[in-house]
Amino acid sequence: MAADASPSAVTRRRNEIALLASVALFLLVVMPLLHATGGISTFTITLWGKYLCYALLAMSVNLLWGYTGLLSLGQALFFTLGGYMHGMYLMRMIGDLGQYHKPIPDFLVFLGWTKLPAFWEPFANFPFALAMVFLVPGVVAYFFGYLAFRSRIRGVYFSILTQALTYAASILFFRNNLLLGGNNGFTDFKFILGHSLVDKDAGPVTLRGLYIATALAVVAVYLLSRWLNQTKFGLVQQAIRDGENRVLFSGYATTHYKLFVFVLAAWIAALGGALFVPQAGIINPEEMKAQNSVEAVVWVAVGGRGTLIGPIIGAISINVLKSWASRAFPDSWLIILGVLCILVVLFLPGGLVSLPERLKALWSKWSAPAPAGEGNEIKTAKAGKTEGLKG
Amino acid sequence: MNHFQRAAVFLAFCICLGAHGAETPRAVIARAILTQDAAAQRDLVASLAGQGDDVIPELLGAWRTDAIFLYRGEGGTIPIQLTGDKDAAGAQLAIRVDDGSPLKGADGKPRRVVAGEMKTADHTSALRRAMKAVVDLVDVVSANPAKRLAAVEAFGKAQDASKLAVLESRRPVEMDEKVARALREAVALIKLNDAKPEVKLAALAELKVLHTLSSTDFLKRTLKEAEEKKSPDVAAAARSALVAVETHRSFVDLLGTIFRGISLGSILLIGALGLAITFGLMRVINMAHGEMIAVGAYTTYLVQNVFGAGITIPFFGLNLHLGGLNLTGAAYQWYFIVAIPCSFLAAALVGIALERSVIQFLYRRPLESLLATWGVSLVMQQALKLMFGSNNVQVGSPTYLSGNWTLNDIVFNWNRVFVVGFGVVIVFGMWLVLTKTSLGLLIRAVMQNRTMAACMGVRTTRVNMLTFGLGSGLAGLAGAFLSQIGNVGPSLGQNYIVDSFMVVVLGGVGSIVGTVISAFGIGGVDQVLQQYLPVWAPGLGWVPGIGSFLQNLAQDAAVFGKIMVLGGIILFLQWKPSGLFATRTRSLDE
Repeated sequence: MAADASPSAVTRRRNEIALLASVALFLLVVMPLLHATGGISTFTITLWGKYLCYALLAMSVNLLWGYTGLLSLGQALFFTLGGYMHGMYLMRMIGDLGQYHKPIPDFLVFLGWTKLPAFWEPFANFPFALAMVFLVPGVVAYFFGYLAFRSRIRGVYFSILTQALTYAASILFFRNNLLLGGNNGFTDFKFILGHSLVDKDAGPVTLRGLYIATALAVVAVYLLSRWLNQTKFGLVQQAIRDGENRVLFSGYATTHYKLFVFVLAAWIAALGGALFVPQAGIINPEEMKAQNSVEAVVWVAVGGRGTLIGPIIGAISINVLKSWASRAFPDSWLIILGVLCILVVLFLPGGLVSLPERLKALWSKWSAPAPAGEGNEIKTAKAGKTEGLKG
Repeated sequence: MNHFQRAAVFLAFCICLGAHGAETPRAVIARAILTQDAAAQRDLVASLAGQGDDVIPELLGAWRTDAIFLYRGEGGTIPIQLTGDKDAAGAQLAIRVDDGSPLKGADGKPRRVVAGEMKTADHTSALRRAMKAVVDLVDVVSANPAKRLAAVEAFGKAQDASKLAVLESRRPVEMDEKVARALREAVALIKLNDAKPEVKLAALAELKVLHTLSSTDFLKRTLKEAEEKKSPDVAAAARSALVAVETHRSFVDLLGTIFRGISLGSILLIGALGLAITFGLMRVINMAHGEMIAVGAYTTYLVQNVFGAGITIPFFGLNLHLGGLNLTGAAYQWYFIVAIPCSFLAAALVGIALERSVIQFLYRRPLESLLATWGVSLVMQQALKLMFGSNNVQVGSPTYLSGNWTLNDIVFNWNRVFVVGFGVVIVFGMWLVLTKTSLGLLIRAVMQNRTMAACMGVRTTRVNMLTFGLGSGLAGLAGAFLSQIGNVGPSLGQNYIVDSFMVVVLGGVGSIVGTVISAFGIGGVDQVLQQYLPVWAPGLGWVPGIGSFLQNLAQDAAVFGKIMVLGGIILFLQWKPSGLFATRTRSLDE
């Protein structure tokens, strides 16, 4: 980190802060103001709210994959679990305004229940539901992570097992017997913390509030990741990514580090899920499908793994593309996504974030073609050497 | 004469008739229609009892439903059946009842009749009863054992005492083992209703010996009646017969479960073998493996259509037309045999193309090959959807794969038996290729240490390509077989991919033996859980807190069983982190 002192690093850092501050300002202040004055519709701001929830999911994937080298194909599970826990609170808030006008959720009436099952009881309490949003995914992540890391399951095996875990959970959540709504999940939410979600006047205000909360969460998680990166913990984390055995042999209990990161990532994903549910107005086991987990990984890959801003850029850009392409080319959207995924992996391993530098390199090569001959080769060799020394 | 005696006499009478071959059933029926005397008419109809000719139920049915007419023509009154459509004058062609030939006029040409020339052949209710008795018995003496079996079983279930004499009389002459057994069961079931306790006891003893699953309900009813009527010996006999049946049932269930476990294991194995090569040997996470399976299944579908009427595949505005051979019958049934190598080749070619275009650049970056192949899987899924539609397509089973074989109440479906056999063949074939051929040697060398093999002069790029092609081809074969068992749709592969990966991971990556054992292990455990969870689950109520939840979940034994298997695998990997058969290596990061 000696490079920090050099003037170029200082300017780079200043530029970064300026850029981030303006993006944060745009997301946090300009968008809500535009909505409040009627500049953009409620649909648009909710859509962006959902994009930001996906950005949270992508940041959790990046924390694992980009910084710790753990490719989890199960982050959608934690996202959905968080969503379900919050969804249970929202279902209780419907009260007796459902289709059947009974004090219990509609799907329970449909299944023949007359009384609320015991585990649904406490979810009318928001602090309890909020605690569950973090507790349930956290406990699942802790147990799974403990078992996986203890027996040193790593690399692709870890990916496959997380995928299997998600798969098992999704077939479980599809059952009506779980009393969590079966394949329809939860929907028709009416109130959150006493504010209406559906009212003609109050609804947009509530949704705007939810959007602001989501944007705040994104900024907070960004700052947290940034801070974590600069601590010793972050350095060990990245060392695990680059050579786990060396870290292990240096005397660090990598299992504990990985477990902590895994649980933290589950919490971030769960936070995203919990914010997603009231804005999307629905949560069902479809969200948990293995495909969604991999898609989140693709956002990170496209944005740029192992960078702070990459996952946010990736999640937002791919989802903007998806919203547009799945309307304009409904048949080809999956093909576009698939091809994009292949191209990024093959030709742009650094993601969109690395694009400016790649272009700059290409530009300098193209604009200043050095005369052919020995001189050029020596120059590049020298440059390479200095680079190597610096790093 | 009571019913039984009368039936026995008829039977004896008809056996005589049959022996002499005096008159065909058609002629008898024709004569009966023309006979005026009601009693003689009944006797003639009843004389048909015990003959297994299919024409009897047809003609008697026609007579009963007023579809037989009396035609008064030049040669006197002739019983006829109308056939074909009416022409403009309302006239129709007719068939003579007595010999089945077309009705002819004086000129020897087929004659058309109109409504005025004929009248309906009449029948009394006594005659209809006689007809029903005959028709009921036709199947019992039919030449087809399956028909006999069904008829006898139906009589037993109905517990109709009037059929007892017939059934008893068939017992000594019945040659087919299954039908003979069914006869004994039917007789015993009918006798269960007998008022005399000693007959009942004998019937119960017989049922105990037979211990058929179908007698359970009757035994339970008899037991209940006996307990109500306070007849302890009948109750005891019924109870012991029930115990015999239940013992037999648990035995059948157990063997059936084992068979289903083996067949599910074979399915998993066939799905996972390709992966055992691409993932196990090459360490490439091919997320498009499921789509390779789908390619194989769709190739089978294509071959089936080429053997049939042909097919047109739309793809991005292009219409690719495959002409059909329009084969029928036995030649058509060959399609599946032809489809097997085609599926292998199609999937292998797709695999080689994938290896050349994407995977060859990613051998050192396994996690990224996972992402890239996931992209490939998306593209392929969508392409299959565009080409074949998003609904499932129909792949028929050839005749030699449909049907089943029941042995001692255990049902063996042919396609499942075939899958098991195929699994054995394919594993053996793979073992041969890998250990006995020079290609196998090269594959093993390159997979063990790519750089070292290259240094020794092995053309590693070629071996990589062929190995990946082999693995994908095996996935294609799996698709051909899975098309016989499940639905064929664009997301076919997605249903197998998680299972396949689990099989390979559990077996130990790189070990074919491990893959085989883990496939059968997972298949067996899954089926055992599916079979016995509903039995065990009610006993889970004691678990504090989640007891009722567990009882509730076990109603979905299939899903809960699957989840338990996945959980079990994760726990198993605690004990053996690199699977059942770990490949030994000195490298740290393997």
